[in-house]
Amino acid sequence: MTRPRGAFGADTPLLEVEGLRTWFDTLTGRVRSVDGVSFTVERGRTLGVVGESGCGKSVTALSIMRLVPTPPGRHMGSVRLGGTDLMTLSEREMRRVRGNRISMIFQEPMTSLNPVLSIGRQIAETVRLHRGGSRADALGRAVEMLRVVQRPEPERRVQEYPHQLSGGMRQRVMIAMALACDPEVLIADEPTTALDVTIQAQILELIRGLQARLGMGVVMITHDLGVVAESCDRVVVMYAGRKVEEADVVDLFDRPLHPYTRALMASMPSMNTSTARLAEIPGLVPAPSELGRGCAFADRCSLARDRCRVESPALTDQGGSHVVACFAVQEGWQAAGGAAAGEAVGQRAGEAVGVAGRAPDDGVPAR
Amino acid sequence: MTTVNPPLLEVSRLTKHYLSPRRWLAPPKPPIQAVDEVSFQVARGETLSLVGESGCGKTTTAKSVMRLIEPTAGSVKLEGKELIGMASETMRQHRRDLQIIFQDPYASLNPRLKAGEIVAEPLRNFGIGAGERRERVQWLFSRVGLRPEGVAKYAYEFSGGQRQRLGIARALSLNPKLIVCDEPVSALDVSVQAQVVNLLMDLQAEFGIAYLFVAHDLAVVRHISHRVAVMYLGHIVEIADRDTLFASPLHPYTEVLLSAVPVPDPRSRPKRMLLQGDPPSPANPPAGCRFHTRCPLAQPICSEQKPPLTLRSTTGRAAVSPSGAADTAASPANGAPSASGGHWVACHFR
Amino acid sequence: MSSALPIDASALAEADPPFVPPRWHWARKHPTLILGAVLLVAIALLSIAAPWIATHDPQDIDPLARLKGPSAEHFFGTDAMGRDVFSRAVWGGRVSIITGISVAVLATSFGILIGLVAGFVRTVDGFIMRIMDGLMAIPGILLAIALMSVMRPSLITVIVAITIPDVPRVVRLVRSLALTLREQLYVEAAHAVGTRLPMILWRHVLPNMIAPLIVQATFLAAAAVLAEASLSFLGVGVPAQVPSWGNMMAEGRNFVAVGFHIILYPGILLALTVLATNLLGDGLRDALDPRLARQI
Repeated sequence: MTRPRGAFGADTPLLEVEGLRTWFDTLTGRVRSVDGVSFTVERGRTLGVVGESGCGKSVTALSIMRLVPTPPGRHMGSVRLGGTDLMTLSEREMRRVRGNRISMIFQEPMTSLNPVLSIGRQIAETVRLHRGGSRADALGRAVEMLRVVQRPEPERRVQEYPHQLSGGMRQRVMIAMALACDPEVLIADEPTTALDVTIQAQILELIRGLQARLGMGVVMITHDLGVVAESCDRVVVMYAGRKVEEADVVDLFDRPLHPYTRALMASMPSMNTSTARLAEIPGLVPAPSELGRGCAFADRCSLARDRCRVESPALTDQGGSHVVACFAVQEGWQAAGGAAAGEAVGQRAGEAVGVAGRAPDDGVPAR
Repeated sequence: MTTVNPPLLEVSRLTKHYLSPRRWLAPPKPPIQAVDEVSFQVARGETLSLVGESGCGKTTTAKSVMRLIEPTAGSVKLEGKELIGMASETMRQHRRDLQIIFQDPYASLNPRLKAGEIVAEPLRNFGIGAGERRERVQWLFSRVGLRPEGVAKYAYEFSGGQRQRLGIARALSLNPKLIVCDEPVSALDVSVQAQVVNLLMDLQAEFGIAYLFVAHDLAVVRHISHRVAVMYLGHIVEIADRDTLFASPLHPYTEVLLSAVPVPDPRSRPKRMLLQGDPPSPANPPAGCRFHTRCPLAQPICSEQKPPLTLRSTTGRAAVSPSGAADTAASPANGAPSASGGHWVACHFR
Repeated sequence: MSSALPIDASALAEADPPFVPPRWHWARKHPTLILGAVLLVAIALLSIAAPWIATHDPQDIDPLARLKGPSAEHFFGTDAMGRDVFSRAVWGGRVSIITGISVAVLATSFGILIGLVAGFVRTVDGFIMRIMDGLMAIPGILLAIALMSVMRPSLITVIVAITIPDVPRVVRLVRSLALTLREQLYVEAAHAVGTRLPMILWRHVLPNMIAPLIVQATFLAAAAVLAEASLSFLGVGVPAQVPSWGNMMAEGRNFVAVGFHIILYPGILLALTVLATNLLGDGLRDALDPRLARQI
């Protein structure tokens, strides 16, 4: 199969990750945190990376930024930022890229900010590092960035220290730091998980607005499908270090194909509909050191057959640039209840196709 | 009217203020009003959720009810018996009926004890013999979905979801009547969350346990609750049946909260109400209605007078006042809204 | 937008560099601990075996053989009274080892008792800590000398005199640990399920304090060995006839020019013992640190 051009026409991808693998050799075995992941990020678009803890999404982000310590960790594959493969750069060259052309914001703003430096100095530090200039200029840029992230009275705020700020404010400062040098790509690793839901709404709105203004590509890493639905254009679903599904966001929610994606959606309680029981996914996410050759989800999948345990499914296009790595989907296997894998069965009704969960329990008293 | 179910838990004007330590030569700082005159009731077998954002005082309220934090003022009655001020040994005996599940599945289990010992500890405390303990622990393990071999394992050998099940087994061991759940699923992955939520609901159906469920995830709250109370900066601003609250919230803060939850539907981009500014600090709460600094409906009266929690409608079951008689009067004399029904709101304009 | 090349994990797995399991990691990571332990055990064995190893009776005076250098008959030579230095040295080791261990155990035990009370009973906390502060203000050795001056000299009184100034240090450590552990969630959980305070201390607090206390205890032992030697050197330690490295060095002080070996060998042994104990303590601290332990 030839490689399709970006689905959005002539937009050249800002960031192209191809075959990225990151592993660690430890006393207990080889830990494959990222096991062959590829995706692209385009200008002005947000790519969502969804998965639960241990699926490798954070390590993917750190690998892209070359923040994984390489004595225990090792990489394979390429990460091209506008033509340059970041994997081949020296640490010195990479330092010029980080914070400058590609930035990252993290989940815990408190631990990501230096508690003994004022926030103005921390933002200015990034600016001076990449753009030079005098301290006064850099501080001016810091004030400007604080205005951009909607901190009232930025001239006063530059002198504040992280411990004086709330979680939402600190996250704004992180965003200001990340964007101070106009990066092409912003990686946001669970930026709102630690925040209250009303603050989360503000921060997501802020990122959306900034992206529209500055035109950067955003990689939004999260476990919250609601955040994905609201802020992403295209979504990658990861499980146990591998990409299992990728699609445009509307398409993904309309017809989730991979059994894990469907199970994930079915297990989330909804604000709009009611079910008696939430669908469960039996078992646990496999430890990264226990991954074998077959599909990582096989042990928990009700559609799994012998082939799934020995052979790893390849990603295939199921139409409309919606790719899935699943034999059941590719070959149209039937689930126990007669519904075919890949049929758009309403996951809101509590039925979960492709998941060996319990049937809705009639014995539960009505609420 | 309807038969009166005496409430299992009656909380009345519960208050917790933290006083900052007095420093020499410095003016005293105002106390942090973490929880201020909170009242609610929980009936047998019912789930009442306390929702709100960080700093609203929901965890402090839950722990004050358990007397893990000593309240500054107010009353907490379990089956009619006043817990505040109870002697410590009598209180200890009542802990058999009132248990808690914590948010952090890692920190709430002693890393040096085996799982079986952790779950058996409550039984040991109340004189249950070794043989009976062993049996009960086996039974508890299987009831919460853990393998019997797990009894000999250490806590760190379990995953987050399994550790939370251990916490549930521990809380369940003494057959409590009420379990306070302090954000029990916030630290878990979505798929594991589903398992734990299902387990909690199954246990309630089987044993008739009531839950005081503290959470900030509204979708989970919606799934598990019978009644919901919304807290803001130490006060309850709205309390109602689950369906009523989610379908027709009255308090402006509730509306904002509900609209802020991201919906997993890319097509619907609902018009979201964004709050301006940052939450005020509990050390220096706004005068009058604590929400008035961020409220779209704010008027001068809001900064002067704190609106009392008043009954607005009796949807659902009938409102019952603390005295036991059916009562649809505008606001009960001692300010304790009942749990058995009714939609109560603290706002001058709704 | 995505790569359409089929990603065959099995093919890629063969392209992986081969897996080399890290070996001997633990030993390589904790050289101090191993070294200290080995050295200490060697010295301890030497001392325990004193009745069998010693070539002569350590009290045996032989004026004809005084101040002789090391020889086949007297490995370490003889002192001013003709006593065999080697035999005295290995017997002296017993004093040091016993002192070190006893002081460590006693100071830690009392420290735990007092520290737990201070940490958990707020009302007496201030009172206890002020007394501890007062004790710590007096230099340990001076306090020990003062105590010895009012007690009959013997190994036991030496141990007591060295222990007392060390207790406040342990109390401080235990108290700060207690204050931290008190806030732990599992302690709160124990309270919530009706566990009484003594049981909470026994099951939940103490076991989680052990690691830093063990490390502290080894440093106490090292200091105690030195302290005993100092006291004996000054003449206020163990009675003169009991061989101790300290009083051996005191006696040899006057004969440095003609019999340096009298000071040398006990001095070397003393230094080695203290070094070994300190290495052990350092090594234990690193090995037991949960943050470091999590590294690959």
